[in-house]
Amino acid sequence: MEKQIAMSNFLVALIPLLPLLSFLIIGLNYKKLNKTITGVLASGSVFISFILSVVAYFQVKAGATFEVNLFEWIATEKFVINFSFLIDPLSSLMLLVVTGVGFLIHVYSIGYMKHDEGFNRFFAYMNLFVFSMLILVLGSNYVMMFIGWEGVGLCSYLLIGFWFKNTEYNNAAKKAFIMNRIGDLGFLLGMFLLYVTFGSLDFKTVFSLAASYPVGSTIIVTATLLLFVGAIGKSAQIPLFTWLPDAMAGPTPVSALIHAATMVTAGVYMVARSQAIYVLAPLTMDVIAITGIVTALLAATIAIYQNDIKKVLAYSTVSQLGYMFVGLGVGAFTGAMFHLTTHAFFKALLFLGAGSVIHALSGEQDIRNMGGLRKALPVTFMVFLIATIAISGIPPFAGFFSKDEILVHAFAHNKIIWGLGFFTSLLTAFYMFRLLFLTFSNSFRGTAEQKHHLHESPKVMTIPLMILALLSVIGGFIGIPEVMGGHHALNQFLGRVFTAPAEELGLSHSMEWILIAITVIGAVLMIVFAWLRFGKKNLVPAGDEAARPALAKLFMHKWYFDEIYNTIIVKPLFWLSEFFHKIFDVKIIDGIVNGFGSLAVWAGGRLRYIQTGNIGFYLTAMVLAVVVILFFMLAI
Amino acid sequence: MITLAIIVIPLLVAAGLFFVKDSKAARSIALVSSLVTLILAGVAWCRYLGGNTESLQFSFTWIASLGVNFAAAIDGLSLVVVLLTAVLFPLILLISFKSEYKSSFYALAMLMQSALFGVFTATDGLIFYIFWEMALIPIYFICALWGGENKIRITLKFFIYTTVGSLLMLVGLIYMYLQTPAPHSFSLAALSAVHICPCYQVWVFWALFLAFAVKIPVFPFHTWQPDTYTTAPNAGSMLLAGIMLKMGIYGILRWLIPLTPDVLAVHGSIAMILGVIGLLYGSIIAIMQQEVKRLIAYSSMAHVGLMAAAAFAMNTDAFKGVSIQMISHGVVVVGLFFVADIISRRTGTLQISSLGGIAKVAPRFAIFFMVVMLGAVALPLTSGFVGEFLMLVGLYQFNAWIAAFAGISIILGAVYMFRLYQRAMYGETTAFTKNFEDIKGLELFVAVVLVIMILVLGIYPKIILDIL
Repeated sequence: MEKQIAMSNFLVALIPLLPLLSFLIIGLNYKKLNKTITGVLASGSVFISFILSVVAYFQVKAGATFEVNLFEWIATEKFVINFSFLIDPLSSLMLLVVTGVGFLIHVYSIGYMKHDEGFNRFFAYMNLFVFSMLILVLGSNYVMMFIGWEGVGLCSYLLIGFWFKNTEYNNAAKKAFIMNRIGDLGFLLGMFLLYVTFGSLDFKTVFSLAASYPVGSTIIVTATLLLFVGAIGKSAQIPLFTWLPDAMAGPTPVSALIHAATMVTAGVYMVARSQAIYVLAPLTMDVIAITGIVTALLAATIAIYQNDIKKVLAYSTVSQLGYMFVGLGVGAFTGAMFHLTTHAFFKALLFLGAGSVIHALSGEQDIRNMGGLRKALPVTFMVFLIATIAISGIPPFAGFFSKDEILVHAFAHNKIIWGLGFFTSLLTAFYMFRLLFLTFSNSFRGTAEQKHHLHESPKVMTIPLMILALLSVIGGFIGIPEVMGGHHALNQFLGRVFTAPAEELGLSHSMEWILIAITVIGAVLMIVFAWLRFGKKNLVPAGDEAARPALAKLFMHKWYFDEIYNTIIVKPLFWLSEFFHKIFDVKIIDGIVNGFGSLAVWAGGRLRYIQTGNIGFYLTAMVLAVVVILFFMLAI
Repeated sequence: MITLAIIVIPLLVAAGLFFVKDSKAARSIALVSSLVTLILAGVAWCRYLGGNTESLQFSFTWIASLGVNFAAAIDGLSLVVVLLTAVLFPLILLISFKSEYKSSFYALAMLMQSALFGVFTATDGLIFYIFWEMALIPIYFICALWGGENKIRITLKFFIYTTVGSLLMLVGLIYMYLQTPAPHSFSLAALSAVHICPCYQVWVFWALFLAFAVKIPVFPFHTWQPDTYTTAPNAGSMLLAGIMLKMGIYGILRWLIPLTPDVLAVHGSIAMILGVIGLLYGSIIAIMQQEVKRLIAYSSMAHVGLMAAAAFAMNTDAFKGVSIQMISHGVVVVGLFFVADIISRRTGTLQISSLGGIAKVAPRFAIFFMVVMLGAVALPLTSGFVGEFLMLVGLYQFNAWIAAFAGISIILGAVYMFRLYQRAMYGETTAFTKNFEDIKGLELFVAVVLVIMILVLGIYPKIILDIL
């Protein structure tokens, strides 16, 4: 028995280390390896991690918890931070999502990146990302989580700017890293406060010590708010969301893996992981719910007016992440993790599907130049349709169950949040089907040359799409609510982690059914509306410069967030930098320093005249000086 | 005896090298000497870990009537900076092989190493002061002889500025010496045992602090630094930023804090605030710099500002953070100047606007620069993170707001570093960079050593933390 556990510890450590190993092999031999070996190595390492995660899942399900301590990382007299991993139900779920979806995206990328000269570099970065993400998920203390937290930020930077000859892409990459760092400062300060308060940053220690604090204590509220700032940055919530749409500059598989399925959900995971302290801070919970709902709504309004296929999906991701935070904020921790999981399936699918479209059109991303792709790309169309239905919340597809769970909890918690959430779900159904119809229905609007080249993607790309499509259909069944006679398997699985008593919903079954009916009917109506406009009538959005009503303009220009940040932060910072350097540093401070120098030279020049060589003058000066000294001595 | 050996060997080598004409022979001798001291430092490390600290100290009577002893010892704090000096010297010498230095350069470098070891081990105040001044002379000549534009004027300013600071320190030390019970003594133990009225301690505090502040440099005593770093030959910049400025940090920890314990609460906080101001000020200025070395200079000023601030936090977390950051900053800043060295030698320019696209033509160099940059922005699992994390945690325990302000630098650091990296390495190649040759041979070797140090210290910092 003991031997078996020791074996498991080694295997647990392998889960993150395999992608790291693959990264090192590919990274150090990126010139020599051919593409097939790289592709197999990169995907294979993630696949083995996935298998190990599955094994771990079954053991965790049977009641096991793995704690693997590799070595003492940072230690002072006061505290010890171990390099250690923890697999409990929550991290087990994340492991499955990260390695499972990650593996599929790796395989897809073999086809997608086939003709790119940076093929090996791409897979090295992807493996490094998976490693970082797994460290984030597996860490058994906040600092370990922070390693992954910043590590995924770095990989995101490297992959957004993957095609680094393009300055705009590089700017997007830099922006992503810097905005994440703003959040990271909050995360760091939150950690410091926890450490000063509890003397440890170990999850177990912090949570058990925090239990003795009263609900709403200032320290806990402050710490949870600070940590949440980190989540805002990483998970692209208001006000730090503007980096995510720009991040679409990266290759599309990157958008699928990092900017949809995994990295951006890290904030949700972190809050869920810290449930024990968040439930002690009602104020923070309200802040999270409000941030989430405002982000969800605002991003949805922007998505309606986007014409770049990836930008629509990017804002949709921001919006769906908002939902997850609503879930957390209203206490539906399982619901948030549930939505995280289903979202990983259908959003990865949407991005990969979009990638398939872009691939077929040799880089075209503007949906105004698409249309009618249904026939040329039948597989892509089918899977895209499935994912679109799933995200719109139509039963029995995956998104329906998870979104429903969050909305029901929101209704029980606060009717306004529910109302806004409901409205957002209407917008979601609309803009997603707008995207679908503009891309796939009616006739092709691109150039004749593009039309000539239209082709369905190879198997290595379509098979991962089909698997994700299957998951988008059935993924919701892990959480069938009681009202439908389900047992909510996920709830039971995560029950061991989310120990805080769930808030009583206080809703009758009939009320729940009514809520479900309203949201589903609303979504269907919006789909019909979208079809009438973009399917039947075949309307195509006007050019960017066309005259629009003020509100539409506001939405199209993303509420002018970038412009505002540019005016109130970026430009003043640059100005300050110039001012400090050219005026304050060179003129004032160095001026004073040089002033002392000049003073010395000047004084030397003046005193020089005293050295006349005239003995009489020296004697007179001496006598005068003696008199002065005597005078002073007598005076004292 | 090891302690004496690491001071004397470079000194003797330096003396000998002044008579060697052949620069090739001179540099080989210097390299061998620096490797010998590296091994000796390693032995000292083993002995220290083995608890054999007796053998790491010595004391000879020098001027009996004044109570001055030639005394030195290696303890944990000393060991950290001794190791840093011992490790960086061979690397800096190897890097300098690429430039055509005369043999006198190597003699000066060895002289400087001897002085640095003296500063980092001296347990007698006067000896400390003598080595302190002795370290300044070789670096003055290195900068003045092999520097760039305006080298004489800029180097002279640096020399006068730091000397003025040092003289204040000498006054402070002599004052403390006179307070020791007769027969007076300059030993660290005796000086720390003196209890004088805080009203006088304040003066001693500021006298010593100014000396250290100029050297580090702490805002607003920093204006010699950007010009000097920019003008100095690359090896000089590395010696200055990599090792020499640690004299100031070390001085604070070793001499200033023990000598003026009663005024630290108030005046230490003022110094701490100056450190944090310098941290943010340097970071902000670095953002818009147009020249690589000047940008590194301001970024270095920012980093050492944090170290100076954390030195006054007076808790073990901050102390360990400062100590490990001394090594990390040394390695990282030498890495950055090495990057500047490689770029300037290949392209003949360090204007950021003239650069671009290097990652495409020199991928190995791109990886090296990336790792060094990540160390500079303190990404976890690089050496920079451990130090900054512990320093910020330490500052937070002292005062949460100071830590929060200091923490802003992790954002600003990313801004200027990623800007530099992007402008230099990404985008299209320019006329200057299109024939950029990737690093290989000796350069690659040094780069790999630096990368390994940055990663090992980041992943397993215990090797250093355990000696503190």
